[in-house]
Amino acid sequence: MSRRPYIRELSRTGWWLKQPRYVRYMAREMTALFIGLYVLILMAGLFALSKGEAAYAEFLESADGLVGLTFAVITMIFAIYHTFTWFQVTPKAMPLVIGGKRVPGAIIVGAHWAGFAVVSVALWLLAGGQT
Amino acid sequence: MSGRTVELEVLRYDPDQDDAPKFQTYTVPYREDWVVLDAINYVKDELDRTLSYRWSCHMAVCGSCGMLINGEPSLSCHTFLRDCPDKIRIEPLQNFPVERDLVVVMDDFIDKLGSVKPYVVAKEEKDVDEGEYLQTPAELAQYKQYTACINCLLCYSACPQYALNDSFVGPAALALAHRYNLDSRDIGRSAREEVVASNPGIWECSFVGACSEVCPKAVDPAAAIQQTKIASTADYFMKFLMPWKHK
Repeated sequence: MSRRPYIRELSRTGWWLKQPRYVRYMAREMTALFIGLYVLILMAGLFALSKGEAAYAEFLESADGLVGLTFAVITMIFAIYHTFTWFQVTPKAMPLVIGGKRVPGAIIVGAHWAGFAVVSVALWLLAGGQT
Repeated sequence: MSGRTVELEVLRYDPDQDDAPKFQTYTVPYREDWVVLDAINYVKDELDRTLSYRWSCHMAVCGSCGMLINGEPSLSCHTFLRDCPDKIRIEPLQNFPVERDLVVVMDDFIDKLGSVKPYVVAKEEKDVDEGEYLQTPAELAQYKQYTACINCLLCYSACPQYALNDSFVGPAALALAHRYNLDSRDIGRSAREEVVASNPGIWECSFVGACSEVCPKAVDPAAAIQQTKIASTADYFMKFLMPWKHK
């Protein structure tokens, strides 16, 4: 009888493909890449704006192409996925007890969506309220 | 008796003979009211007494019989054969060294659990004669959920952060630290911070949430860790806002 514990190797790169829950997690983490790239493009737009009207018009034209639009749509899908998963977990991170009773998770998640809607409308109005 | 059977593919490892684990298949009778542990006990009693595994209570209380059942960290006493396919793959909990067959080495967890002081650190020690440390039902409700942990290690087995970096203190130990931090009779929070609020503590967690999904007792360790992160972040900023409170 000897002790010789065996360590089962884990794939450092492929581990997340083994379980749907890990794939969902990696998808959530991946959203950061797309949103990060989108922010860089926005900054490039601001930079072009500071260069004058011609530079900005050129930026708008390049962002309007098939590649730009496809990227924007993918980023929006990822951003919605990120927002959804983030709001879903808020009751875990911020449990609320009012009057000695725990507030149901659905209410906390709902309040986040309501806040999201209010901020979105406020921003839209701030930007001129145009469609 | 129906005559129906199920196949158990069990990962076997004998440190005296094997260089690596290998699967061995057993055919066991199917019973409507059997859990996977019953099927494994049948193997041990009737087919192969060399099979090693841990179990005790058979009712999801002792936390001993955790294993991977078709890749999912599960208590074998809590998983019915009727909810499984006819071929069931049984492996030791992943992310732990395999001692023998389905028995894993859990020393790492035991050390980490001890490091978070999982007990009430009272303001003043009282003699037993002086009576209990009293608490209201509302104070109990603050942490009761986290007392349900049975140290079964399913959460460690499900956690990819622990899999990739075993210095991570891990879900159950952090959830138990949170349990005592929330206890009105306890003043040990600052003593636990060194481990809990460190990088290998709560900050190694990236909120995969797998720990809470596999927890058989609805402890929700992921929630405990996120709440600890918020409390720890608040501490950090309060140090600047109210330095006199943190001398």
